[in-house]
This record gives sequence, structure tokens and C-alpha cells, in this order.
Amino acid sequence: MQTIFSWSQVSRRGVMALVLAAGVAFAAPYAQAAPKTAATIGMTVEPGGLDPTIGAQVMIGQVTWQNVFEGLTTIDKAGKVQPQLAESWDVSEDGKTYTFKLRQGVKFHNGVAFDSSVAKFTLDRARGADSVNPQKRYFTSIDTIETPDAATLVLKLKQPTGSLLYWFGWPAAVMVEPSTAADNKTNPVGTGPFVFGSWAKGTKVDLKKNADYWNKDVAVKLDTASFRFINDPQAQSAALTAGDVDAFPEFGVPELVASFEGNDKLATVIGNTELKVVAGMNNSRKPFSDKKVRQALMMAVDRAMVVEGAWSGLGTPIGSHYTPNDRGYKDLTGVYPYDVEKAKALLAEAGYPDGFSFTMKAPQMAYAQRSSQILQALFAEIGVTMNIETTEFPAKWVADVLKAADYDMTIVAHAEPMDIDIYARDPYYFNYKNPAFNEVLAKVEASTDASEQDRLYGEAQTILANDVPSLFLFVMPKLGIWDKKLKGLWENEPIPSNVLTEVHWEE
Amino acid sequence: MISILLRRIASLIVTLIVVSLLIFTVMNLLPGDPAAIMLGTSATPETLAALRTQMGLNEPLIVRYLAWLAGVVQGDLGQSYTYGVPVAGLIVERLAVTLPLALMAIVLSVGIAVPLGVAAARRHNGLFDHLAGAFSYISIAVPAFWVGLLLIIAFSTKLGWMPAGGFPGWNAGLLSGLAALLMPAVALALPQAGVLTRVARSAVLEVMGEDFVRTARAKGLSDRAAVWRHALPNALIPVVTMIGLQFTFLIAGAVLVENVFNLPGLGRLALQALSQRDIIVMQDVVLFFSALVIVMNFLVDLAYLVIDPRLRVAT
Amino acid sequence: MAGIFRRPVLMIGLVVTLALVGVALLSLVWTPSLPSKMNIVQRLKPPLGLGGLLGTDQFGRDVTSMLMVGAWNSLSTSFLAVAIGATVGSAVGVIVAMRRGWLELIVMRGCDIIFAVPPILSAMMLGAFLGSGRFTAIIAIAVFMVPVFARLTLAAAKQIWARDYVTAAIGIGRSKAKITLVHILPNISNQIIVQVTIQLGLAILTEAGLSFLGLGMPPPAPTWGRMLADSQTFFGQAPWLAILPGLAIALAVLGLNMLGDGLRDMLDPKAKAG
Repeated sequence: MQTIFSWSQVSRRGVMALVLAAGVAFAAPYAQAAPKTAATIGMTVEPGGLDPTIGAQVMIGQVTWQNVFEGLTTIDKAGKVQPQLAESWDVSEDGKTYTFKLRQGVKFHNGVAFDSSVAKFTLDRARGADSVNPQKRYFTSIDTIETPDAATLVLKLKQPTGSLLYWFGWPAAVMVEPSTAADNKTNPVGTGPFVFGSWAKGTKVDLKKNADYWNKDVAVKLDTASFRFINDPQAQSAALTAGDVDAFPEFGVPELVASFEGNDKLATVIGNTELKVVAGMNNSRKPFSDKKVRQALMMAVDRAMVVEGAWSGLGTPIGSHYTPNDRGYKDLTGVYPYDVEKAKALLAEAGYPDGFSFTMKAPQMAYAQRSSQILQALFAEIGVTMNIETTEFPAKWVADVLKAADYDMTIVAHAEPMDIDIYARDPYYFNYKNPAFNEVLAKVEASTDASEQDRLYGEAQTILANDVPSLFLFVMPKLGIWDKKLKGLWENEPIPSNVLTEVHWEE
Repeated sequence: MISILLRRIASLIVTLIVVSLLIFTVMNLLPGDPAAIMLGTSATPETLAALRTQMGLNEPLIVRYLAWLAGVVQGDLGQSYTYGVPVAGLIVERLAVTLPLALMAIVLSVGIAVPLGVAAARRHNGLFDHLAGAFSYISIAVPAFWVGLLLIIAFSTKLGWMPAGGFPGWNAGLLSGLAALLMPAVALALPQAGVLTRVARSAVLEVMGEDFVRTARAKGLSDRAAVWRHALPNALIPVVTMIGLQFTFLIAGAVLVENVFNLPGLGRLALQALSQRDIIVMQDVVLFFSALVIVMNFLVDLAYLVIDPRLRVAT
Repeated sequence: MAGIFRRPVLMIGLVVTLALVGVALLSLVWTPSLPSKMNIVQRLKPPLGLGGLLGTDQFGRDVTSMLMVGAWNSLSTSFLAVAIGATVGSAVGVIVAMRRGWLELIVMRGCDIIFAVPPILSAMMLGAFLGSGRFTAIIAIAVFMVPVFARLTLAAAKQIWARDYVTAAIGIGRSKAKITLVHILPNISNQIIVQVTIQLGLAILTEAGLSFLGLGMPPPAPTWGRMLADSQTFFGQAPWLAILPGLAIALAVLGLNMLGDGLRDMLDPKAKAG
């Protein structure tokens, strides 16, 4: 199964001598017939570094989160917060004091015990002046950290922070051991069920089972696991058919998904991600500063056509910056549905009866290029001319759009879960300023009641759907393709991850 | 001779230093902050400032340039921003793909071009000569990356005989490694083969027309022996020279072909480093390629000096 | 002119090149349909069917029209790049041949330096610097053309400067600039023309490579290179998307190379191909 040739389709006649020679190479690994305890997971892009507390790439978490590293809390496959290294917690009446009871007997892979001093170190490192944590803002509400004993961690907050426990489950908040923290980028040491093995740059990362894993409630079935990085869609597809890769939890190209249908070896599992594809507009620049213009553009967009053309019809249209995975989701695609005539009328009302022209800064990724080409055609229908300027992502996009907000419109998939609060940030590239919206989000943090929070999230979604600070297009699907005998992978992705704890081969 | 050599070496070093300055300047003037890229869309300004300090990005440009140059001279190429490992190691790892790929392409192209060129020369103006000429014209005109795409369509998508791309690593076995490089090498070799066929053909024609070969043949040396003993060895010299001169195009092809076949080679490393603004890696890789080209040209010059003593006086 | 018919290479080259230039020019006034017109329902239709002569792409756009406009984009970009490279390079070469001395040394070193960085890498860096687009592609190609023409004209001009009639002209007190205009340029123009044709082929290949990497003209302008890049995920369903643009590139380069060789044989019989 290690061979790179797909023998199923090979006709023996006419095969070159070289292929015969390669047959020798593939004969050897076949010896391992016993129950399989190894899995190779394919990923499209290789992470740079393996420390989720110092790098923002989702790929870092997709390799290490829950496999190598664990947090005080964790997020389960339904997107719910669960205890992990913190057994339980207690939140004070005013929501400003969190007392965590930490799990005892947990050891890092290098043998060092996990206790309150490690937790304090991790949080201090993430919120300190030298912190390079990509989600540092999530730790800034912490005022003081106390460690009355090894098993107790007390956090005093500056103001109530309703999402704190959720954020503690994120990859950027995993617990790190003080003596190895500096080297985690190349040699990650955590408390998780897998120990880091090796990293062949450009090719793969190998993990092996942690024999001393603290959580005896779960039986980790895999002895070894590899993450292989295959950029090219054809190669991804070939690796799957040949069995070089057992699973591609996030297959890169929707147009090839159909080719796996009817395959008796591979299962196609289509779920939801947190990747919201939105065309952000510069709300402080004319004519996008006019709400009517933004609404007209939204009505010029046939979301179904965008999903069809950009992502082969796989993907869910959205009406706000929120996904069906998220708590309190509301389907708001009906607020400004596709209607060319109304769009034209609204545009005329806003003072642009003959349309206008602007530049779209589109990253080079397929989804962005394709979506913008479709938007270009759709806008042309209402007399609006959109020029596409391919803007290299991440480098130039981060500089031009994210940092300088020097753009008219752009398009990007926002990967972070529950990041509706980006519309409340100032500065942020949308330049969207709506005090009413900010207030709703502040109420979410001030509240500790889950159902009230859900209701408030619904309110926030509705405000955005009406204001249209961005054109809300669709949520990318999670195109999972894997061996039918491989079980335990997540179907949806409430947080970018590849949790291997329960992955196993069916007999 | 020695003084010419020393002069050439001195000018080679000066060229390299100017090239390094050029590369450094361009890379450091590029829009895009490597620290901002690493921190993603949620970073606060303080976090960014902290990371910039940590990465040494706040030092003056001239200090960073001299530090880089001093490191390179001592064999320390610096640390990759994204991978956090020494760049020298990264280059060596990637070279383990690119070098065999380039060598395979050269061997393949010579293997196609020399027999074809010799055979064409022996049937000068015959049908085979014209066919070889057509082959040469066509293979020079097709872009290597397109040949790569066609090979994938034919042998991977349709027939399923070959891997569509990717590299299993050399520890997966020599054969599977070579198999993964076969199609990319063919794609890379074809345009080279076109050029080399022409060179080999005209070199053989020229030698066959020279007096000593004519004399030998008049004395009864067979046609075949004339080719083997005289024409072929003489034809190899321009072929080898041409390989040296075509080296730049081979590299250019390799960057694209590695991209088509998803091979973890130096070309892809460069592309990846550029997009992540892993400035140090990009500087080192471009400098490495440039040094390779400069040294290659130097060797070609040197070969000429050895072969043709007349050049020792000129320039 | 009758000689053309006895030169098959020149003939074929001329016919192919003229045909492509014709298609490129035609695309400015007429294409079967608008090359940027999308029709998602008609996506990925094979050639000679519902999808028109050469089929449709992943957005249901007409491939025939895209290839035609692609010919214009590719040829015009390459032509501009070579024109800039040839003008600047030849000017430098001729002036250096006139002056010689330290200027020659500096220019030759400069050429070495430009040649040292593989063009694809310098183009990648330039692309990152200027942003992708037609302008970037033109500059990236032209930069590499300048030293090619500078070296060529310098070497050729130096030979002419050594001729007796030039020495005579210097003797009667003609200015160097005048000699360059009257004697040098006319005598090396043939070599420059031949080189322009050959470099055009190379420019088309480079432009295609840059577009393939996403450094060429931005959409919706169709380019052969980007059409190839976009085709990569549709191999199984739509192989024609990968085959046709490549054929167009190969045909254009083939035509120009043959034209160049043919012109060389005709204009510059001493120089042999190779």
C-alpha cells in the first residue's frame, strides 16, 4: 500500500520496465497485515512551525491541536466547550473571577508535571509584553493570575468575558511547558495523546502514540500518525486512490470530489467548516460608504451561482458573517436576495443610475479568483464595472488590505470560528463603524447566560445582514475524503483541526 | 594563464557580491511584513512590534545585509522565519530533489539528443535528418510545464500508470523516488533535447567535413568508425558546453515543473518563501541559484580556454 | 523575394506567424462570443458540441474566443517586452562600442549580473514587487532581453569598427556618432532583426510561464498561461482545457523560431544555426 502506483487501473501489457522494477519496491511493505495502527492524513498546505501559540496559520493547529497540545478547556466536534486540563471551574457571580480546578497526574511528553505554575506561565506568556500570540487580544481581559496551590488556578478579570472558556479551548491557548516553550516551533512538547516524532520539511510530520497519556477514558488506537502535505489537487487525488494517504479531511478542490463518488474504497463526507467567504468592502470609501450601494451590490449577487461556479455547488450560502455550525445561527440569505431589477433601482436611488467602477483586490487562491470573476460578471448586469487586481496572499494582501485598508473591495475566507466580532474591531479593514452592533457584542461578553448569548448573536447577525459591510457569500464545505474503514475523524469542523484521538481502523 | 584565471575569479566574486546586494535590496523592499504574515488577521499592533523585534526586523538594513553576508561567507545561511530551522539544512533537503531531477533531465536529454543528432548528421539532408529537424523545432517550442501537464493527463489521469505528482522521499526506496521524478525529468528534458540535437548534429557535420576525417575516410576508414572515433568525441564538447549555457533555462523549467508535479524542490521552496515573505530563505535560494549560474558560466569559459588556446590572449 | 519559396523553414515560419498575428488582430474586432461572458449552465462542454468550436471552460466561457484574445495578449506583451529590450540593449551596445574603455567593462559586468539571476526567479521577485499584471510581465521579460541585445550589438559593432572603411572615415575626421549612424547601425541591423524574432519566441514562453504562476495579466483578460494553470483541476473532466492553450503557445513559438532561422539563413548566411 506504500506504492505510488495505482495498480487497479494498470493493464499489465505494455507497462514499461520501470513499472515492473517498481513492483519490487511495493512488495516489501505488504508484510504488515495485522490490524492497522498507522494512519496518514493528507493536508494541502504545510504549516510553518508547529507552535500554535506563536503562529496564526490554521495548519499549525490542524497538526498539533488535541494531538500534541491540549488546553485548559477544549472544543468538541459539536463546537461545545468541554473540560480538559481543567477538570472543572467556578465563575463568580459578577463574572470577573474564574477558579479552575486543574487535573492532577498530567505529564508533558518530557516528563514534567502539569500544574498551576505551568498554566500561569502559559497565560503570562500569551498576554505579556513580549507575547507574539496571534490571539493575544483574548487574554488581555485577565488582570491577575493566582496559584493558591498546584491544583488551583484563579483568574481575576478586568471585565466579564463571556467567551473566555471558549477561547481557552483554541489552539492559541494550549498549555506549554516552560523549559520547552522556546523550541515548540520545531519540536513541540505537549500533554496530548501523541508525541511529536519528526518533520521532513516540505513533505510530512510524523507523530507517535503517547504511552503515558493521562486520559485513561479514551483508548488511543493509532500507534503512529503522519500528516503529509500535498499541494497539487491531482496529486492529492492520486495519493488517495493509491492509498498513500488514508484521509484528506479537507480535500482542496471541489471539482474533483465527484470523481470519488462510487469509489468502493473511499468515503466522501461533506461537512461544514468555519471558512466564511466574504467580499469585504471599504465602508469608509465612496461609494461603499453608502449603505444603499452595498445593499444594491448584495442584491446583484446570485449566491447560488457563486457557489456553483466557484466551488462546484458545494458550500452553503450565508446572509451574515456566521456559519450553520455556530451557536444561535440564523439563515439571513433572504434579507437581500438576488434581484437585478431591485438592485438597479437601489443603485439609481443612491445616485448611481449608470453604475460606477472600482477595483477588487483578489488573492490568488482559486476560490477568490473564481468568485471574483463571477462577481465581475454579476455586477456587469447592473452596470457596475469591477476590475480585478490579483493581490498576492498573504504578503501583499496583509500589507495593502488588512493593515493599510487601501482597497475598494476584496474577497477572503475568514477561517477563525465565531469571529463576528471583527466587525466591531477598530481599526479593521472593513472600516465598518456601528455603535449599536458593538453594543450587542459587548452584551455577549457581559452575559454568562448561554441562551441569552445565543439570542444576542442572532441580533448581531441581523444587524450585519441589513448593513452589508461585506457581501456575505458562502461557507466553504469540509470536503472529507477518506478510506471507508478509517473511523473517528470529525465530519464538521467547528474549529480548524484534525483530532486523531478517536481515529481507528475498522476490522 | 594563471593571471587570467585569477582575474576571472576576482570578477566572479565581485559579480556575486553585487548580485547579493541586489537580491537583498529587492527582497527587503518588497511589500509585506513577514511578522504580520505569521500573526495572521487577529494580531494587535503590540504583538506585531514584539515579533518584529524578536525577528530582528527592526535593525537597520545595512546591518542586516552585512550580517547576512558575513554569515554566508562563514557558511551560516541564517534561520528560516517560517520553519524556524537553519536555511542551509532546508536547501540541502530540497536539493536532494532538485539535483537528481536536473541530472535526470540532463542525462535524458543527452541520451535523446546525441544519437538523434549523430544519426541526422550521417543522413545529411535525408528524410531522417528532416524528421530530426522537425523534432528539434517542436521540442524547443513546447513549454516544459505544458509537457508536464500532458504527461499527467496521459499517464496518471487516463492510464493511471504513474503518480500525478508528489515525492515519497528517498527513504521510501530509490525506485519509487526515481519513478516520482521520471515524468518531471522527461518534461524538463524535452526542450533541452531539441536544442542539444541541433548542436550535436551541426558539430558532427562540421567534424565530418574537416580535412583529417576526410583523409582518414579516403584511406579506407569506414563511415561508422569515422563517426565513432572522430565525430562523436568532438561533438560532445559543444554539447557539454551547451548544457552549461542552458543551465539557466533548466532551472527556470525546474521551478515551473516542480510546481506542476508538486515536488518539494528548491524551486517550490523559493515560491513558498516568496509568498510567506520568508526573506532569508528567498535571499539564500536566489543567491544559491545565481552562484550556480555564475560558476557554471565560469567553468564553460574555462573549458574554452583549455580547448582553444587562442582565447588566452584575447579579453 | 522569389527566394522565399526555396526556403521551406522561412515559409512555414512566416505563414504560421502571420496566421497568429492575423488571429490576434481579428480578436480586437471580432470573436465568436465575448471571452469574459460566463454561462455556468454550459460549463465544461467539450469542443465541437454545445460548447462551440473549442468547447467551454469551468465558467462556461467560450474557449475559442479566449484563445483568440489570448493570442493578442501574449503576442502584444511579448512584442512590447522584446521591443523595449532590443531598443535599450542595442542602444547600449552601440554606444559602448563607440566609447569602449571602462564603460565597456562596467556594461559587460552589468550583463553578467543580470544573467546570473535566473529569469524566472527575478520575474517572481519583480512580480512580488510590482504586483502581477501586464506591466510586470513586460518589465520582467525586457530586463532579461537588454543584456542579450547589448552583448550581441556590442560584439557585432566592434567588428564593424575594425573595418577599413570605418578606419578611413575616422581618418577624414568624421564624428563617432555620425559613423555609428551611417556605418555601424545599418551593418548590424540584420543581426538585430534576426535576434528579435528568436527572442520573441523565448518571450512568449516566458510570458506563458509567468501567467502560469499567476504573475501575468489579471483576469478577465484571458492568457494562455493562466488558462493552463486553471485547467489543472479539470484534467479528468475537460482535458481540452489543458491541451489547447499549450498548442497555441507551441505553435506561436514554433512559428517565430522558424521565421528567425529562415531570416538568419537569408540575411546573414555566414552565421550558422546552432
